Amino acid sequence: MTGLGVRDLVVLYRDDDGSVATAVDHLDLDVATGEVVALLGPSGSGKSSLLRAVAGLEPAASGRIGWDGVDLAGVPTHRRGFGLMFQDGQLFGHRDVAGNVAFGLQMQRMPARERATRVSELLGLVGLGGFEHRAISTLSGGERQRVALARSLAPGPRLLLLDEPLSALDRALRERLADDVRAALLATGTTALFVTHDHDEAFAVADRIAVMDAGRLLQVDAPALLWQAPATRRVAEFLGYEAFAPVDAPVAAVLGSGLAVPVGTVAGRSWSDGTSDAVLAVGPGSLETAADGPLAGEVRSAGFRRGVIELGVVVEGLGAVTVVERSAGRTGAADLPRAGTTVRLRPVVGGVARIG
Amino acid sequence: MVLWALAAGLPLAFLGLFFVLPVVGLVGRGFVTDGSLDLSGFAEVMSRPRTWRILELTVGQATVGTAIAVLLGIPGAHLLYRTRFRGQALLRALVAVPFVLPTIVVGVAFRSVLSGHGPLAFLGWDGTFAGVVAALVFFNYTVVVRTVGAFWTGLDPRGEQAARALGASPARAFWSVTLPALVPAIASAASIVFLFCATAFGVVLVLGGVGYGTVETEIWVQTTQFLDLRAASVLSVVQLVVVTASLWVAGRARRRREQALSRVPESRPVLALRGPDARGGDRLAVAVTAAVVVLLLGLPMVTLLLRSLRTRDGWGLGNYRALGVRGFGLGASGWEAAATSLRVAVDATLIAVVVAGLVALVASRRPRSRGLRRAVGTMDAVMMLPLGVSAVTVGFGILVTLNHPFGLAVDLRTSPMLLPIAQAVVAVPLVVRTVLPVLRAIDSRLHEAAAVLGASPARVLRHVDWPVAARSLGLAVGLAFAVSLGEFGATSFLVRPSAPTLPVLIYRLIGRPGADNLGTAMAASVLLAALTAVVMALAERLRGDTGGDV
Amino acid sequence: MSRSIRTRWAVPAVVGALALAGCAGAGSTSGGTASPSGGSAAPGGTVVLVTHDSFALPDALISQFESDTGLTLDVRAQGDAGAMVNQLVLTKDAPIGDAVFGIDNTFASRAVDAGVLAPYQATLPDSAKQYTVGDSGELTPIDVGDVCVNADLEWFSKHDLAVPSTLEDLTKPEYKGLLAVENPATSSPGLAFLLATVGAFGADGWQGYWQELVANDVQVASSWSDAYYVDFSGPSSDGDKPLVVSYASSPPDEVPDGATSAPTTALLNTCFRQVEYAGVLAGAANPDGAKKVVDWLLSPAVQAAIPESMYMYPVDSSVALPTSWTKYAPLATKPFSVSPAEITAHRDDWIQAWTSLVVG
Repeated sequence: MTGLGVRDLVVLYRDDDGSVATAVDHLDLDVATGEVVALLGPSGSGKSSLLRAVAGLEPAASGRIGWDGVDLAGVPTHRRGFGLMFQDGQLFGHRDVAGNVAFGLQMQRMPARERATRVSELLGLVGLGGFEHRAISTLSGGERQRVALARSLAPGPRLLLLDEPLSALDRALRERLADDVRAALLATGTTALFVTHDHDEAFAVADRIAVMDAGRLLQVDAPALLWQAPATRRVAEFLGYEAFAPVDAPVAAVLGSGLAVPVGTVAGRSWSDGTSDAVLAVGPGSLETAADGPLAGEVRSAGFRRGVIELGVVVEGLGAVTVVERSAGRTGAADLPRAGTTVRLRPVVGGVARIG
Repeated sequence: MVLWALAAGLPLAFLGLFFVLPVVGLVGRGFVTDGSLDLSGFAEVMSRPRTWRILELTVGQATVGTAIAVLLGIPGAHLLYRTRFRGQALLRALVAVPFVLPTIVVGVAFRSVLSGHGPLAFLGWDGTFAGVVAALVFFNYTVVVRTVGAFWTGLDPRGEQAARALGASPARAFWSVTLPALVPAIASAASIVFLFCATAFGVVLVLGGVGYGTVETEIWVQTTQFLDLRAASVLSVVQLVVVTASLWVAGRARRRREQALSRVPESRPVLALRGPDARGGDRLAVAVTAAVVVLLLGLPMVTLLLRSLRTRDGWGLGNYRALGVRGFGLGASGWEAAATSLRVAVDATLIAVVVAGLVALVASRRPRSRGLRRAVGTMDAVMMLPLGVSAVTVGFGILVTLNHPFGLAVDLRTSPMLLPIAQAVVAVPLVVRTVLPVLRAIDSRLHEAAAVLGASPARVLRHVDWPVAARSLGLAVGLAFAVSLGEFGATSFLVRPSAPTLPVLIYRLIGRPGADNLGTAMAASVLLAALTAVVMALAERLRGDTGGDV
Repeated sequence: MSRSIRTRWAVPAVVGALALAGCAGAGSTSGGTASPSGGSAAPGGTVVLVTHDSFALPDALISQFESDTGLTLDVRAQGDAGAMVNQLVLTKDAPIGDAVFGIDNTFASRAVDAGVLAPYQATLPDSAKQYTVGDSGELTPIDVGDVCVNADLEWFSKHDLAVPSTLEDLTKPEYKGLLAVENPATSSPGLAFLLATVGAFGADGWQGYWQELVANDVQVASSWSDAYYVDFSGPSSDGDKPLVVSYASSPPDEVPDGATSAPTTALLNTCFRQVEYAGVLAGAANPDGAKKVVDWLLSPAVQAAIPESMYMYPVDSSVALPTSWTKYAPLATKPFSVSPAEITAHRDDWIQAWTSLVVG
């Protein structure tokens, strides 16, 4: 077994008033060398506790954390060879940009000349070439996170832990940086565990996504598979699916055309048709308007959002669903379907998920 | 873990040997009659009406003195640490000077202002409570300004800005946002000032007039003049109770507020009293501070300066020339005494900074275990006690207990290192109070960030805590140095007559008749003041005032 | 940023420099000292002299003593005379020195009674014999001084008022509000003046006298320097009281260069005589050395140096005084006195009675 192996891990969270809560509840997780795994879950689900336990900043109440099969119990944080990037960077204010990036290298006692080379190389990688002597206080939020990323990557950690590294940034910056993080991780071949509550970010960065809730993992899968086949309704809901229909419901026959692989196998996994408890899940992007669509829905709301039009539609036999369509030149509220009108809809191929 | 135990153990051992053991030893003697414990002294001493009057005066003068010092000190802290103007560094050094002036000299200077033909004689404060309180504020103003100022400097102004944006008036924003954030530093300063006021000795003796006694002066009289150890011990215990209670209250106030505040780069706008940038608060701060500096600090200091320039032959530098002469029987010239003072102060500062640095370090940690966390909190408080115990008790206690303590083959009573050590014991609490709030304000995730980058705990200290603490350390070094330069109580018991420190020389000079002696004493005081101002200004430079967002 | 980086290095550098200087400092202060229990610094060992903080003698005399005896003299000042005696009492089982100088007649009996001193009969000059305390010579008188009311002569001539002469004069209405004294609880001249009144009016009469002084608006200061430099109107001070309790030796220091008369004078009918003693400490590690110190303090050279070093008069009247002293600072011919034993028996009561009387 290479890489990170977490087995039956329990982490307790002690509050100041002395009460104890279980933050991580008998959890198993593997991250293979070179792999980027996103840990996705709502706030309070225990993601950060898991991350801190892996880093050695939080003690494990029971269970085991290992690397390449070697138990890490008793290995202090600074000897684990893991990196950690915080949500708010936690840069050293008394050092300049180069001083921050060089910190880990200094801890490894790398000679100054090599260190300088490595620092410029990493600053180039995160798009901050020439920033070496800037003071931290002069940087923007995005620049700070880039410095934090460069600082975490510099010592070449065998595993990089990223704790919501982008969530303090604005949306546009977040999306751009998510791609940059992915690129930087790939370029350096870094194994990484990336905590986030934003699934777009998780999909953009990760090879595999682990969905966590209430201290447990609900599902660990490749992004596409996770999207197309959530393990449970809870996972599907967390991913943004809004409406659900049993496979034997009448509407399911129509929705079935939206499955990526209608019946049979998805990415090597097979499912049998006709299982009574299997469910189809529909969310934003699952349906589109079409004059001859097989489904009818009543418009409840309509509005512009980031260059597209979002319609809140109630589909008979299915429930409320968000339908997204291109604005296609429409600019004003007058151009939108009015509430109460009926639209025809059809499933988008690959837009419908199947649970079970 | 072993290292932490050492870090906590060294200061505790230091304090145990040079403070707790002597105090317990001497106080113990007061409660032992013919080999058995006898606590009847309590009932006897506590039933004297005089004891209660003294206690009342002690607490009263300390409370009023502290309150006024804090009230006046906060505008001063704002002006000197939150704005920028020309001459600020000089003013900062200047307000620190009173703190180290020998009380006997200040007493003479103060009474010269308040009594007889003095400029403020019309107040009628000579020999009154008001006179004592004024002198206490004179000494302790700088403690408030520095402690609060150092903290204020790094306080995030965005809280106040947010309040302003939400429609709060400047006064309201200050009152509801800034002031609460300053509480840890104010509580810190107040507890130190309270201890200084409650244990003030020379000032009370000189300015209080007869009949004005505090627990401290009473312990001194009972111990050195009457050798009534029973009464002195009872009073020492009473003093400890008062001091502990005040520390407890201050500690509570501090803990409720002390959390990892976001520290920001210093943002010190240029002081503007007119024009569009003028702020009403600034004007108030300038007015208050100007009044304090001119009337309270300035008058006595100017009196001192003028007296140092007055010779038998009129105005001149004769008294300063006399500093170069080894006066008959004084043991040293003024310059030699200054050199001795500096040498001892270097030793004392070094000891104080190491011991206090360790204390602050240990006390800034938040261990997982609640028991340990409580222990750390207690350690922080225990280290303050030396400020609240009479120098006489410690001095006599050292003589009683440190002859081959624990079977060690040294007579510590007469070791030359005892002088800087005694001064360090007094300086440690001040250094702790200066460094600790800064260390506590470091986000614990900064430590974690360093640890995951491969820094061992020692290197985390070296690369994260040290650079941040070092900036407050400059201030702390300055304070410790100043305390040592000015210390007289313990020093008078421990110094060698052949190598007096500057305050001891001044004390000797002022104990002799004649204008020459008085003039030389005044010149030596001005020298002491100048030395202090220079040391403080240098320490200030060490701080450096740019840098990141720590 | 460069500023903060420089700062980062400046601090350790300065602390390092402090450390070096500190070691140097420690080295120089510890040089030449050894433990009192007979060190090896000099062939004859070390002798430790415990004294009060007004002790002073010229370096040349100390070097002379050391070369004559082969001893190293280690002088330790332990606060004022009262504090010093009380420390000796507390440490008598493990004395902090070998010899003591500076126990005055107000503390003499306490020291003798507590067994702090070992007997030693030094050869006394005739003029010193009247001052001996202790049956077997525990204390050897070294110097004397008079605490007297001092008067600002210029003030009296300017106000055309006769200078008072006796203690009784001070209670007269024309001298109302003119006298400053020191608190006997905190000041040694203050105690001496209280004892002068006890000597003059007896253990029963002194309180009545003080009531009259209080009625005549006596001003009380906590220390000599406070009274002399703040309250006294003399040439070196700014106060408004032309009468102050000080020493018979104070006037010479107020004489301007080239002047032929003193602007102040001591009222010699108001004096209490202070005597300072030396002795060998019981349990001394170096008793022989201690005896040599006592003899040395009685030697003509030291006796001659006492006036200008310590503002006291040599106990040996055959030793010449400085000319300014013979001219401006005569000793009282009939000072008041109270026996050391009586002082020890009553001093605390008297001070407390004085406090309730004067302070209320």
